[in-house]
Amino acid sequence: MTAKTFKRPDGRKAEETRPMSAKVGVVPNADGSAMFSFGDTVAIAAVYGPRKMHPQHSQNPEKGTLRCNYNMLSFSVAERARPGPNRRSTEISKITEWALEPIVMIKKYPNMVVDVHIGILQANASTRCAGINAAALALAHAGIPMKELVSSVSIGKMDKTLVVDLVKEEEDWEEGEGSTDIPITLTNSGKITHLQLDGKITSAELKEVLKLAKKANREIYEVQKKALKESIKLN
Amino acid sequence: METARITGERISQYLSQGKRFDGRKPEDFRDIEIETGVSKRAEGSARVRIGKTEVIVGVKMDVMEPYPDSADRGNLIVSTELLPLSSERFESGPPRFPAIEIARLTDRAIRESKFIQMEKLCIKEGEKVWAVYIDIYSLNDDGNLMDAAEIGAVAALKTARMPKYDEETGKVLYGEFTEKKLPLQKEPPIMVTAYKIGNSWIVDPTLEEEDVSEAKVSIGATPDGVISSIQKGEAREIDIKEFEDVLDLTERVRKKVFKEIEKYSD
Amino acid sequence: MERKVVIPGEVIVSGEDYLPGEGTEKRGQEIVAIRYGLAEESSSLVKVIALSGIYQPRRGNVVIGKVENITFNGWVVDINSPTGAFLPLAEVPRFVSKDEMSEVLDIGDMLVAKILGVNGRGIDLTIKMRGLGKIEEGMIIKVNSNKVPRIIGKEGSMINIVKNETGCNITVGQNGLIWIKGERIEDELFVKRAIMFITEKSFTSGLTEEVQKWFDKHKKGEKEKE
Repeated sequence: MTAKTFKRPDGRKAEETRPMSAKVGVVPNADGSAMFSFGDTVAIAAVYGPRKMHPQHSQNPEKGTLRCNYNMLSFSVAERARPGPNRRSTEISKITEWALEPIVMIKKYPNMVVDVHIGILQANASTRCAGINAAALALAHAGIPMKELVSSVSIGKMDKTLVVDLVKEEEDWEEGEGSTDIPITLTNSGKITHLQLDGKITSAELKEVLKLAKKANREIYEVQKKALKESIKLN
Repeated sequence: METARITGERISQYLSQGKRFDGRKPEDFRDIEIETGVSKRAEGSARVRIGKTEVIVGVKMDVMEPYPDSADRGNLIVSTELLPLSSERFESGPPRFPAIEIARLTDRAIRESKFIQMEKLCIKEGEKVWAVYIDIYSLNDDGNLMDAAEIGAVAALKTARMPKYDEETGKVLYGEFTEKKLPLQKEPPIMVTAYKIGNSWIVDPTLEEEDVSEAKVSIGATPDGVISSIQKGEAREIDIKEFEDVLDLTERVRKKVFKEIEKYSD
Repeated sequence: MERKVVIPGEVIVSGEDYLPGEGTEKRGQEIVAIRYGLAEESSSLVKVIALSGIYQPRRGNVVIGKVENITFNGWVVDINSPTGAFLPLAEVPRFVSKDEMSEVLDIGDMLVAKILGVNGRGIDLTIKMRGLGKIEEGMIIKVNSNKVPRIIGKEGSMINIVKNETGCNITVGQNGLIWIKGERIEDELFVKRAIMFITEKSFTSGLTEEVQKWFDKHKKGEKEKE
């Protein structure tokens, strides 16, 4: 299934993620915050809340609301992205919400909102995944009750080769069957909270993708866990 | 929650003795840290920390038609977003006045000081010029985003490298940087904003101090003392004598700030 | 079980006898953390002490707040909680006529109050007891509400050291707001620095001795300055 026909531009093995790094507490003003990076894709997330939800008519009396906002800084990409929301960022904001909601326990906060703000400081593909990883950390850092963390990664299919953690060059690849991009978010217990696909794939290949995602997920989880644990110095 | 009035009274009382809560004197800036080249896709970038206040600034370039009234010079576009992630007080949405003010004052300081030699950004008069975009983002607001933003803009401009431009196709080859820097003057404009609390004037307020200030004056000038931009802000009036004192104050402070940021120059 | 830092989803202990306390959930045989914090076990009850997160208002808490609005029957108070707080006219220790309300407590005034009750619609406050009421002068500082138990210490042991060493009046609100009032602003700022020291070192054991040492060191410094 994973024929070694595709050579990755940075020399990585098919199943290798880029070097990852994570840190919490990067925005002092926020209730919780974190930075997460896959190589040179860098995302920061800040959480404010639970706090009162405005406007009042958006309040949900049955449970709290999780509100995510994904934003790419204009200079994070090669061709300047005009500041402000666009259709892509609106979609990613929503799927980020969906990726996180199953694990966030905000039933206990009716009429309140937990705001998650994600900023992409530097982009080299997999930005939504980096954003979700940073967001999960920031939520935990903010003391929001959560069932567990989620970890997100992009799996790609380059012609027939499956690879983990795409870079832009791989995303843009066009030979053979071209590039299929599959960002996927899993809980640590293996449930899917987010899955998107853009390209061409068979069900059998997709099952392989899920296997790769589970493995990568565990590696990402270790990075996230370390960031949270290291932030507190017990004597 | 905004700073309590009684705390404001303490800040004011203490200032009348020439002292500030964090031990600084009225004319002291907090520690300034500058890191450049922090965002690889940008032609130039800088991350500036003043105390706990943090901004990130990026410079992007593009080739386009010049504006009709400046057919032989490049274009400068400055924008600012006060990101909701940087403070509970900022909301999502189009930039409101505080963000617009920072963008416009930074623009004036840079444009009017002629820091960027805009004529050298002309490729073909009337047809193609380089446009320089300066985009400023707040990452943590603990007061004085204004001055941090301008320092960031200058640092990003100074370390920016121009991308390759294919004259035949008329396309900018992003990611292919040349060794060529932006055509800049030697002396950068520096913004120092003075804030009035009670009867005292300070620079570089923390958020707490900013909350209780009633008037402010931003002055952008090069270290040799040539002023290129001024804005008096907030609703309280000031005397002419006060304004003159502020001019002297900002001149003294500007020299110190310039020395600080020079450390980060290549 | 030794105290340890845990993250959401992490198994703290496994075993039938353990009981899930605050910040945890029992899943099968396992006690799992549902909050980021310090896991502690005592008498089989496993709980996670929160290190971060917003203030959880509780009945009986003394809190410090700011008047946001005056309505026909009381004051709307911001106590830094997403649930709104309200001080009814009836909970002020003297009779206040509708015209006097802003004289007693005006918008922007700070006050020390006690929580009478917390329900779905809001938090009810009172200032009828001693030590409660409008704050006339001093300074207000803000810390994360989770650090308050450390700042107060067992039966006030920690905060008493600070009071004695600085000679200041200090009221610590459970919601993380602290009112400091001293003879000189220097003394109030000394308290502020001490409290910041305590919050930074809040995970250290033997913190009371550390704080005493800190005071001994810094008081010398203060004397030298004078």
